[in-house]
Amino acid sequence: MPRNPQLNENGELQHLLSIEGLPREILLQILDTAESFAGVTEREVKKVPLLRGKSVFNLFFEPSTRTRTTFEIAAKRLSADVINLNIAISSATKGESLLDTVANLSAMQADIFVVRHASSGAPFLIARHVKPHEHVVNAGDGRHAHPTQGLLDLFTIRHYKKDFTKLTVAIVGDVLHSRVARSLIHGLTTLGAPEVRVIGPQTLMPAGVEALGVKVFHDMKAGLKDADVVVMLRLQNERMRGALLPSAQEFFKHYGLTLDKLAVARRDAIVMHPGPMNRGVEIDSNVADGPHSVILPQVTFGIAVRMAVMSIVAGN
Amino acid sequence: MKLPEAEALCQQLVRELKPRVGPKTAMVGLHTGGAWLAERLHKELAIKAPLGLMDIAFYRDDYAARGLKHDPKRTTIPFDVNGAELLLVDDVLFSGRTIRAAMNELFDYGRPASISLVVLADRGGRQLPICAQHVGAKVEVPDGQRLRLKRETSGKLVLVLEADRAA
Repeated sequence: MPRNPQLNENGELQHLLSIEGLPREILLQILDTAESFAGVTEREVKKVPLLRGKSVFNLFFEPSTRTRTTFEIAAKRLSADVINLNIAISSATKGESLLDTVANLSAMQADIFVVRHASSGAPFLIARHVKPHEHVVNAGDGRHAHPTQGLLDLFTIRHYKKDFTKLTVAIVGDVLHSRVARSLIHGLTTLGAPEVRVIGPQTLMPAGVEALGVKVFHDMKAGLKDADVVVMLRLQNERMRGALLPSAQEFFKHYGLTLDKLAVARRDAIVMHPGPMNRGVEIDSNVADGPHSVILPQVTFGIAVRMAVMSIVAGN
Repeated sequence: MKLPEAEALCQQLVRELKPRVGPKTAMVGLHTGGAWLAERLHKELAIKAPLGLMDIAFYRDDYAARGLKHDPKRTTIPFDVNGAELLLVDDVLFSGRTIRAAMNELFDYGRPASISLVVLADRGGRQLPICAQHVGAKVEVPDGQRLRLKRETSGKLVLVLEADRAA
């Protein structure tokens, strides 16, 4: 059997490419380490010397604000040097291949590549070609995976709910195009969440999604009934132009999270969203700003989770 | 070889430290053995400031060689370090590298008035200019062995010798 491309010969995390296929112990190691880093981010001096002298290259072939910024903050809090490359407007447009770009950056003494790419699998390709001391962290590839977002979602759920083994988690919206949903589903099933539901119209549900171990609902209230955690996904506006949805208003009527729909979930349910949110499309402002919402804490936890991931891979 | 009784050393440290405890005294224990000892000392000395616990994983000097192998515990310093007279507590003092890391981390919380080092056992072998002000006992440890504090399920503290995995 070929080795998991994310692990080194000792079974330690060498690259973070996908939550799928990661053993439970490594997921827990990341979450526990992030818990310690969360303490660092609450101090007066929010920096530790762990990655002093290391260089983190943020390679964003696709636009992103939140993810790129939180990776940058995380790297700086680890005392690494951060270089941001907005490749969408640089070499790639001049015709340089992905591997040539990476080889050039590697010649500039990189230690960690944080990669966001529109093509699924791009970070895997890079990970196969980097030098042994270089590490790749996937910051979102196509529809495939967004493992640090999945991890910060898991961290948030554990923070508020403590134990995964009694939880009902509902993931709502455009599951078909969502790398966030895929990463979170793999994480939840690996950590033993007994019921993971996906809710959305048939046109936005990947074929055979049940095989991931989830229950599919097309009726929002039926799917939200007694849920402990509600994860709303962003409805990507560009999907509306295809024939997948009649209109944003129509989507909101059926699948937008309102206080009325949320009322069928458990009273202490938390509401999450990976951002950026479309208020009035997938989520109502009353919910986004309401007492169940943990959307902003998710962003803060994202820094600690990314600190944990970078410090674990760079040490292996 | 016979190791000293950890419980007796603990009581000896309580007697030694008692006259030193003042209004500005605060205590920090280093995970994991130092934290157990500190919990005991903190209670018996009735120190007013809540106990701080520290895991120095993010300040270690061997990260480049060893990485982050163990899940670090969260450091919690629930008092103001600025101006505090700190008692830094660890179980076994050896190379001094842990204490160097701990002092670096402490200064990221503030500027203490002073730091004194309290250890249950000093096994010599210092690689840095660090010494403890309060030592339970000096213990000779054979090469290739590691001296560790253990806490039994009853809560009793005991010193044990183990094969050193790093050696």
